[in-house]
Amino acid sequence: MTDLDTRLEDRLRAALPADADYASARHVVERGSHLAVRNGVVEPSSIAHDEGVMFSVWRNGGVGYGATSDLSDEGLRTAVAQASTWAARTSGRSVLESAPLLHSVGDYETPTSESFDSVDLADQVALLVDADRAFGNDDRVVDRVASLTRYDTESLLITNGGGRVAQRIRQVFPHLRATANEGSNTQNRTYGAASLAGQGGVEVLHRHGFSEASQRIAAEAIALLDAPNCPTGTMDLLLAPDQLVLQIHESIGHPLELDRILGDERNYAGTSFVTADMFGSYQYGSDLLNVTFDPSVDGQMASYAFDDDGTPAERTYLIRDGILERPMGGTVSQARTGMAGVANSRSSGWNRPPIDRMANLNIEPGGSSVDELVAGIEHGVLMQTNVSWSIDDSRNKFQFGCELGRVITDGELGPIVRNPNYRGISATFWRNLNGVGNDFTVMAVGNCGKGEPNQQIRVGHAAPHCRFSNVEVFGGAQ
Amino acid sequence: MSADQTRHYFDELVNWASARLASTETLLAHLRGEQSDFARFNHAKVRQAGSVTQQSLSLDLIDGPKHAEGSVTLTGIRSDDEARVRSLVDELRAQRAVMPDDPYLLYSQADTQSDRLVAGDLPSPDDALDAVATGAAGNDFVGIYACGETFEGFASSHGQRNWFSAETFNIDWSLHQRGDKATKSGYAGTHWNAPELASKLDWSVRELEALKRPPKALPPGCYRSYLTPAAMQELMGMLSWGGFSLRSHRTKQTPLLRMVTDGAAFDASVNISEDIAGGVAPDFGSGGFARPDSISLIAGGTYDGHLVSPRSAQEYGVSTNGAEDHEFPLAIAMAPGPLATDAVVESLGTGLYVGNLWYLNFSDRAACRTTGMTRFGTFWVQDGEVVAPVNVLRFDDTAYNLLGSNLVGLTDKSEMILDASTYERRSVESLRLPGALVDDMTFTL
Repeated sequence: MTDLDTRLEDRLRAALPADADYASARHVVERGSHLAVRNGVVEPSSIAHDEGVMFSVWRNGGVGYGATSDLSDEGLRTAVAQASTWAARTSGRSVLESAPLLHSVGDYETPTSESFDSVDLADQVALLVDADRAFGNDDRVVDRVASLTRYDTESLLITNGGGRVAQRIRQVFPHLRATANEGSNTQNRTYGAASLAGQGGVEVLHRHGFSEASQRIAAEAIALLDAPNCPTGTMDLLLAPDQLVLQIHESIGHPLELDRILGDERNYAGTSFVTADMFGSYQYGSDLLNVTFDPSVDGQMASYAFDDDGTPAERTYLIRDGILERPMGGTVSQARTGMAGVANSRSSGWNRPPIDRMANLNIEPGGSSVDELVAGIEHGVLMQTNVSWSIDDSRNKFQFGCELGRVITDGELGPIVRNPNYRGISATFWRNLNGVGNDFTVMAVGNCGKGEPNQQIRVGHAAPHCRFSNVEVFGGAQ
Repeated sequence: MSADQTRHYFDELVNWASARLASTETLLAHLRGEQSDFARFNHAKVRQAGSVTQQSLSLDLIDGPKHAEGSVTLTGIRSDDEARVRSLVDELRAQRAVMPDDPYLLYSQADTQSDRLVAGDLPSPDDALDAVATGAAGNDFVGIYACGETFEGFASSHGQRNWFSAETFNIDWSLHQRGDKATKSGYAGTHWNAPELASKLDWSVRELEALKRPPKALPPGCYRSYLTPAAMQELMGMLSWGGFSLRSHRTKQTPLLRMVTDGAAFDASVNISEDIAGGVAPDFGSGGFARPDSISLIAGGTYDGHLVSPRSAQEYGVSTNGAEDHEFPLAIAMAPGPLATDAVVESLGTGLYVGNLWYLNFSDRAACRTTGMTRFGTFWVQDGEVVAPVNVLRFDDTAYNLLGSNLVGLTDKSEMILDASTYERRSVESLRLPGALVDDMTFTL
């Protein structure tokens, strides 16, 4: 249960038009906070309180929304009128003419073992001051940052058919960065490129050793200054989880979004090389590839019980033993295609309508230890921590760059290399997956952009180390 | 509430809050808001449509060298908003008491007043939907219609007041022939002109004809290429990612690092500025400092100036020019060159006509080496004639090649591009860019 004001809930319910085919009010309150220490200086604390409501109305084959931060009776009436007017205006012009949405009842709250409510602001600042100090004083480190960003989001979805879904989600984003420089050579190392984030409280910091990471990060940034450029050639590639987080996101997640397959995103985020007829038979990867949509992982960024249309969420295989099984499409996209999907209709806030998004999208662990994966490489590179990502609008031709690489020769990890990059094609890359680790790192992407109007959303990914053959690898310009 | 009423409301709310400050306190307030209509299209039908009314107030509560920042959405109801502001100020006071002195605090202590109102003649939603339906009839139209009023205001307890509001529309669309073969265009401005939209849609429909030809798959290699202003927008976006930020320069993270350390340069014809006077962004920053009409960033191909936030100004001992903390340009402008815009296909001769670039990122940031994809409206040109659409290609090249040693020339006309971005709220950013003809652009996949 959330602590939303009951009177507001009554007013939201009363404002819903009873004669609509379907109507909902989605009220969202998000409290954010940000603390940062940069080069030994504590930056000003920052807090944000964002609150508003979106009414959605489906009537006579049309659909519209009205969203407002004005929560007065007049503000609610105006927003409902806007939604109703848009529904009338779009009747006969919409991509879907009937409302497939549910009137669900339920709730969810992030399990938290150590709440930040019990940690004084001064102690939070001290934590970051210590992390900043632990970077050390090497003159080659020219910029360093330690920061902590948190969101506490309460949402309430009420429908005109008696639906009521209340959810409260607490998300934590710890971040560390050391920038080292010599002349025209600048190298960054970070705390997993901001991917080591998740739901929960203080325990999120403990999961990946935030308090102990600064010294290693600074040392690696300095070491990269003297490291040779990444070798060029076609070779085996071992990806660490904090690079796979982006590889999954861009070349599995986005191509499997059903609204992209339907063409909704063609003017902005792009289309997909995946077509509806591929599901059930297409070999997306080798038989080692198993991918789940899993909103039930404890502490992962996008765990929830219901999506923003009120559809109950559950763990679902999207790719099993390499074969494509199911797209990520919410209730509306499922109705448009007749295909089974998942509960992934999500919005970035009260002022944007839900669309098909990733939530937690994970590669399931395999049977090899990381040492065994390394031992199986005669000539290759291990790449860690994403720094650059680019992919075509069909989500096929990609190129990624990482913060740090390590040459692997005859099954042994060798020296580090700088500016490691690789490129490939989604449709063939995953079929070259020839080793999956038995480790499993739970991570996140905090800034997935999509939609018109645009929406930036937080998603979760988890992965073991993965090994690929015949990948085009190269270094930087210097 | 109209923009004028909102300005008055903001003024009164800040006066109310200022009257409740301690004698040693200063309050800075920045308001952002919009009343916008959105309609999203796929296959020329409406996917989603609605209206968004939102106002967010950011406060910086200062006492000597200490301060704390916060924001809150406003309801527009005076009693509710006073309660929200009171609650936020109380919370900021409590936080400020814990925070150490901020050596980089710099804020405007002026009491100046300014107004910038960009009045428009906007369409009704019905007129806009009808115009799209008519102009796109029979075609696979995908895109977004956004329209309405945006506003920003700054106020301080010292009496400074700045206001900016604009009534604008922006239709951003693509017409799809098949698969990923599509043309891209847009119609944006302040005064709606239905025939102008019809004309632009008609041009998009005619461009589709060229896409009907069998596509050409080019192998990786180096190709003479013409980059349209829309393609240049993506390259400028990468340069803007730290390229002109004082903080990025001083911390050696700028992608133009070699321009500073090694004397690398663009072609002497490349001149880039932050052209606030020619754009649609407010002429004041969220910290209350005025933005000059123009700031030279690249002059004669070499580095000339920075965007400096108040915080960077204090940290590095220079003057601020009203940049936001991210120090990104808001109204970047590139001077045109000598190349006849109307004859770019002939000037290209044989090579790639690149209508749009997509999803750029750095493959080696310190070397300003950038990778990305071709997208909409990209064609193979043979002996000055458009021959075929081209399957998507990945480029990987440095800006020092594209805008330097391999730059043949910039077009003699610049295009004004109003940013269609709507993250959190409708963008007030713009770009004024020419096209660029480049020799030996490197494509890798």
